[in-house]
Amino acid sequence: MLERLLASLTDGLLLGFVYGVAAMGLTLIWGVMTVINLAHGPVIALGMFATYLLFTHLGINPYLALAPVALFGLLLGFLIYGAAVHRVINAPHLSSLLATFAVNMILIGVGTAIFSTSPQNIDFPLGSLKIGFLTIPVTRLLATGGALLVTAALYLFLYATRTGKAVRAVANNRRAAELMGIPSSLVLALSFGLGTMLAAVAGGLIATFFPFTILSGGPYELKSFVICVLGGLGNPLGALLGGLVLGGLEGLVPAFMPVSWVPVVEFGLFVLVLLVRPRGLLGAK
Amino acid sequence: MQPWKWYPFILLAVLGLLLPGAASSASAAEKTVVIGFTASRTGKLNVEGLRQINGVNLWIEQVNAAGGVKLADGTQVKFVAKDYDDESKKERVQELYTKLINTDKAVFLISPYSSGLTDAAAVIAQQYNKIMITVGAASDSTYKKGFTLVYQAYTPASRYLTGALDLLGIQAPAAKKVAIVHETDKFSSDVVNALKAYGESKGYQIALFEGYDSGAADFAPFINKIPADVDAVMGGGHYADTSTFAKQLFEKGAKAKMVALLVAPPEPKFAELGDAACGVIGASQWQPQAKYSPEAAKKAGLEWFGIPLADFVKNYQAKYQEEPSYHSAGGYVAGLVLEYAVKKSGSTDTAKVKEVLDEMNLLTFYGHLKFDNTPKTHGLQVGHEMVYTQWQKDQQGKLVNQVVWPEAAQTAKAILYFPR
Repeated sequence: MLERLLASLTDGLLLGFVYGVAAMGLTLIWGVMTVINLAHGPVIALGMFATYLLFTHLGINPYLALAPVALFGLLLGFLIYGAAVHRVINAPHLSSLLATFAVNMILIGVGTAIFSTSPQNIDFPLGSLKIGFLTIPVTRLLATGGALLVTAALYLFLYATRTGKAVRAVANNRRAAELMGIPSSLVLALSFGLGTMLAAVAGGLIATFFPFTILSGGPYELKSFVICVLGGLGNPLGALLGGLVLGGLEGLVPAFMPVSWVPVVEFGLFVLVLLVRPRGLLGAK
Repeated sequence: MQPWKWYPFILLAVLGLLLPGAASSASAAEKTVVIGFTASRTGKLNVEGLRQINGVNLWIEQVNAAGGVKLADGTQVKFVAKDYDDESKKERVQELYTKLINTDKAVFLISPYSSGLTDAAAVIAQQYNKIMITVGAASDSTYKKGFTLVYQAYTPASRYLTGALDLLGIQAPAAKKVAIVHETDKFSSDVVNALKAYGESKGYQIALFEGYDSGAADFAPFINKIPADVDAVMGGGHYADTSTFAKQLFEKGAKAKMVALLVAPPEPKFAELGDAACGVIGASQWQPQAKYSPEAAKKAGLEWFGIPLADFVKNYQAKYQEEPSYHSAGGYVAGLVLEYAVKKSGSTDTAKVKEVLDEMNLLTFYGHLKFDNTPKTHGLQVGHEMVYTQWQKDQQGKLVNQVVWPEAAQTAKAILYFPR
């Protein structure tokens, strides 16, 4: 029983790191501009397809492909921000919600037309690592490594660069930041781009171990919302912690009860956090 | 007004009188019958759904190229397909089938792909007095609801995976423990409930019996729960989830004598999983290697109808540049059944076609087809049998899908050890 528990917990935590990266994108956008990005799911799916296309058509190693995928995510974010978000950034939240929902529908529609909804699979087997009674697919280990690298890079950017400082300043108080001469529009666009970049990278990491379709981003978007609330809205480190909590739960709960109970426990915890600690485990931004 | 100014009106009036006559004389000789269906062109069922549409379209092309079907009054019937994308969503199906009947004037219906969608569509067919041939809809329960116009071309779910246990019993008589992990939709639940009952009746211990939601992507929690000494892992659901499950069984180093899964393994696309596909057994309604022929029909005392199996495979490959799967054959055979019934009844009238279908007992390239005509389970398929396939490597190391059961259709002996 203990072996099964540890195996399940390990699988869950490894997955949790990737959930964390996906949620970091969402929480960054919320933290800086208080926009709930409903196009997060399709961007994750596009990250999956970008990695897949680079691997199958250009033969690029899927882990190396994450660099161009990140660039693609960044540029896509600029595009979405400029086309749909910028003009409604100061409007009531419902406007930005609807704008990103429209982008979500457009991306899914275009993605379905181009890629159909047939499941795709990156056939890049790396085998499994056997550690005692644990069998861990190497793809999941690498994805965890990738997630940690991305988190470290994001932290370095936010806390060790001047631009990162500007992003934090805008997140803290946009008007005050503008008064200090920070070009808030540029910072907002950059933040949105970084958020979608993280989503695309998370998609690329997930694609290395799960088959996917253009609709696959939806469940990760939903998980990202739960994670953001768990970790604290707008707090990237909280998102990573929230991801680990969610992944751990997804690993542990099925060891004791049928898997259909997982969402009950997850969303039960979600409600509990909202009631008891509405600012999340690590506090909001 | 000058008299010549009336000429255009007179001309139009004359044409108006003449044209309907011309049209009716043409329609007396030839009639186009609309066959309506919804198709999962998008959504989670689109791999199976698209192959099914390909099959239907190939049949329509061929039957029309052969001049169509002649009715008792001499009318030559040609067929045309009218379909809508149901997006693999149940809630779209009823609205679209009503539209097919009322707006598009569909005379016959073919089911959508999957038992869940078909269950919703069958209600509309019955309500509007239209015959529906169901394919890709194996669940038994649809045919226990009192429908009288719904006919199933697939082997029912209750007999879907039981043959794999027979195979296990023969090739590994010491096997005792079976783990069943399945999608919780209607079709998969029907299959595994029947499988569980059958397994227990044969003395197997069902060590794990657990369901997952449609759209599940992470199967590690289930795989961790499978006992290490299990002899067989069975279940799955539809293509997307089952192929993911197979991949993760391999990655997590699961070991069993047999891994037998639903729907995905017979699809040629399953080979894209590479080594994870090797050794996986699949339950198939039909395989290109099957041996159904006019001679086999004669031997079995059955009527033969339709094209030879080799012709179907050849024509399908020529049209779609891919090997047909059982979903493709299912789509074709739905049309073939309608063709047979219209031809034999000499009519497109629902009651007359129904009479023929109730008594139909024939062999086609797809196998034996006979419908239950008792009120309790009307329309349930009672003639057709499953075949079981296994992905094995040939001498060049290339993955090949072999028929491993029943023995009469075997192209290779099953290798009972996973992973290979």
